[in-house]
Amino acid sequence: MSRASLFVPVTVFALIVGVGYVGFSLNDPHELPSALLGKPFPDFEAPLLSEPQRTVRRDDLLGEPVLVNVWATWCPTCAAEHDELLRIRDETGLRIIGVNYKDEPDKARRWLLTYGDPYDLVIQDPTGALGVELGVYGAPETFLLDSRGTIVYKRVGDINRRIWRDELGPKVAEVTGRSDFNG
Amino acid sequence: MADRAGPLAVALTLLLLGLTGAPAFGASPVDLYEFDDAAQQARYRALIAELRCPKCLNTNLAGSDAPIAQDLRRTVHRLITVEGMSDGEIRGYLQARYGDFVLYDPPFRPDTWVLWLAPAGLLLIGLVVLLRMLRRPPAPPLSADEAAQLRALVDQD
Repeated sequence: MSRASLFVPVTVFALIVGVGYVGFSLNDPHELPSALLGKPFPDFEAPLLSEPQRTVRRDDLLGEPVLVNVWATWCPTCAAEHDELLRIRDETGLRIIGVNYKDEPDKARRWLLTYGDPYDLVIQDPTGALGVELGVYGAPETFLLDSRGTIVYKRVGDINRRIWRDELGPKVAEVTGRSDFNG
Repeated sequence: MADRAGPLAVALTLLLLGLTGAPAFGASPVDLYEFDDAAQQARYRALIAELRCPKCLNTNLAGSDAPIAQDLRRTVHRLITVEGMSDGEIRGYLQARYGDFVLYDPPFRPDTWVLWLAPAGLLLIGLVVLLRMLRRPPAPPLSADEAAQLRALVDQD
């Protein structure tokens, strides 16, 4: 056995460790790559939170880029991102649609009165059926649609200043064609 | 004697109740769904056992308490009984929304072929190495000098 071949096991071991290290640090296994990126926002028809007798459809989201934010009063992370949504709304004028996910309408309305309302309109999804159409598996989740209703960005978890600066802001600038979206 | 056994018996009973009762609260929920026939029910059972809960890393829809698993079980039930979808269509429906993650087996695609072929490749490498080791000629017998040297080494102690 040649001397060089003694190093074969060590090399193989180092390779396995290397592949494992890179593989496990690449991404968070809890974060699923979105299957809906580049796909049209699904068709839906759902009541408004503010006026339950009125329904909203997919067509109502089109025309300009819009942020669709899936939230609920039972979700602590939604409370954490609320101020950032208000800021985005105030500073950029970006249209934000809320999907009130598996929540109680009364609680949701009270929440918006208490903490402020960043949404143009809020859609009720009490059973999570729209959530399933959107591939939602927890709240909050946020989608950015271009003016034709194509999903161009998805975020699982909270929207915060860092996410806005690094990911969402640049995407918004891209779909709106405006360059004044800097964190 | 009986007086003293009383509290002890109560304590033991409580302990046993606690031990046996606890798992009942933690057991995964049983959804009550109605089906048109037994075949539909069998397909439902098979599908929720096969599909993976998106919120959980390694639990199927059947075994998860997560609210999303509950929603997806309800969705699978609806797709079977109301929409009349085939098993393949239901897999496709969930895959379109939740990605390959919901199928435990990733599809065979250009970016996944390494995943599928690596085990077979590694087995092949192992077989080649094993064959080469087996076919290596046996070491030649020791010469008289070498034999004497070996004996000297062994007898040293």
